[in-house]
Amino acid sequence: MTFIASLASVLPELLYVLSAVLFILSLRWMSEVKTSRRGNLAGAVGMLVAVIATVFAVGLQQYSLVVLALIIGGIAGALMALKMPMTAVPQRTAISHAFGALAAALVGTAEFFHNTPNIDAFTMAILGLEVILGYLTFTGSIIAFLKLQELISGRPMIYPYRRVISILVLGGALVAGIFLVLNPSTIWLFVLMVLLSLIFGKLLVLSIGAADMPTVIAILNSFAGLSAAGLGFVLNNKLLIVAGALDGSSGFILALLMCKAMNRSFANVLFGGFGSAAKAEGSGGSEGVHAVQKTMKSMDVEEAAPLLAYARSVIIVPGYGMAVAQAQHAVHDLMDMLEAKGVKVHFAIHPVAGRMPGHMNVLLAEADVPYEQLKEMDAINHEFKHTDVALVVGANDIVNPAATHNKGSPIYGMPILKVHEAKTVLVIKRSPGGVGFAGIQNELFTYPNTSMVYGDAKEVMNKLVQCVKEI
Amino acid sequence: MEMLASDLITNLLIFLLASLLGLELIRHVSKLLHTPLMSLTNAISSVAMVAALIVLSYADRTFIVVLAVLAIACASTNAIGGFMITERILRMFKRDDNKKNDSKRDDKK
Repeated sequence: MTFIASLASVLPELLYVLSAVLFILSLRWMSEVKTSRRGNLAGAVGMLVAVIATVFAVGLQQYSLVVLALIIGGIAGALMALKMPMTAVPQRTAISHAFGALAAALVGTAEFFHNTPNIDAFTMAILGLEVILGYLTFTGSIIAFLKLQELISGRPMIYPYRRVISILVLGGALVAGIFLVLNPSTIWLFVLMVLLSLIFGKLLVLSIGAADMPTVIAILNSFAGLSAAGLGFVLNNKLLIVAGALDGSSGFILALLMCKAMNRSFANVLFGGFGSAAKAEGSGGSEGVHAVQKTMKSMDVEEAAPLLAYARSVIIVPGYGMAVAQAQHAVHDLMDMLEAKGVKVHFAIHPVAGRMPGHMNVLLAEADVPYEQLKEMDAINHEFKHTDVALVVGANDIVNPAATHNKGSPIYGMPILKVHEAKTVLVIKRSPGGVGFAGIQNELFTYPNTSMVYGDAKEVMNKLVQCVKEI
Repeated sequence: MEMLASDLITNLLIFLLASLLGLELIRHVSKLLHTPLMSLTNAISSVAMVAALIVLSYADRTFIVVLAVLAIACASTNAIGGFMITERILRMFKRDDNKKNDSKRDDKK
């Protein structure tokens, strides 16, 4: 009897261990496509176990409120998961980081108000950091969502002394936190800390361009995890610490990979105001744009189709433009048509193509392109020189050869897909003007082996399919 | 409430070990799966719901109950939405069945 009684008393803890193991297995199984769905299931079961164990452990009173919150939240989440088109996955991810961070921040806030003024220094320090991180991730993610959904301009917002202002705001929040550690009864300081954190998150992401969102989303992902881990310290709950640390490290690695793929540092992404030169160059330098146009060759779809149809090998390079035009299905049709004619077709995926890590892979998977045909940059870059046609669909900076040799270029040093080494390069682009998100003209477009095909990516693709079919 | 130094040290150790494990696990995730990985970890971060339930259990003022219940709603949006969209994305990743069949046919020849 005593054994069973003692077992019952540690049951919640045991369930937490099970849940932590499931989370770890979940990430382990996520490493390859074959086991990935099992990974997702393990994660979901782990979460269910954690929630049941908690309800069991704390002897909850307000069941009806909890059930109501679960139903409302669950329906909202399910609607978002089912209704959002795949091209909107970056936005959905950003908004869900906002929810995750807000949840953690609200719990931290509740914990503060419940215990003030009886909070020891250690707890207050971690609680303060957790609350700052949670609220800044909340507003930062909201801004990221607005930018990705194009409800506000994707251009970085640049104003005088923005770095100084941002740092002062964050510094203010931290100082408020330090004073709270010394005297955890000052409620107005806590409120001030929350407000400054909210403002800092907003300022931080407002000054970052839409093209840098892959890195920003990864960082926010990391922050959302870390704030959950912070709650674990405050509540002395090991499961929260483990799950939060796993999420934190995941976001961190993804952010690191994104930075590496752009040859930039965290600081440069967060505070660099990258792409801000675009406006000045675009509006002031109309002569320059004109000069470049002169040297760019363009081609009709009818001329481009035979080049593809009679090629031995074609590498398709998708970019954010493919997502915007929803051209992924048309791209798949073209692939089928070309393969039927005996052309070898591959896809070259740059790590920062699109608006979040892995964005292009998801879109092409949605269009039923088999994933074996999607090649990572390092795996395919040496293939371009043996390739007849490189077809660039809505990508720009990631194929700009200036990155390899022009030290004055803002993207100098960024690893690129070497499409210019292909015998012929076809670039599908909406219009002759315009620049990439880095705000610079792409010198690839002026290369002798490059031809531009102007038009909406989806329409051009559909026309190409028709023309290739008739050959 | 009081945080014991011994608890803090134990928790720091757990945090560091879990972080190292996470770094090691994530490094081996195929680049192909970075989007679903992010939606999965995002769903896992809704473990903050556990914290919300704990705080709710001893909340003694309406104000704190409201904060905790709001947190539960936010976290459950994340949990349900996160795992569902991950499943939806992962279902789309397909191998090329035709090609596999072709190669089988070739084998028979």
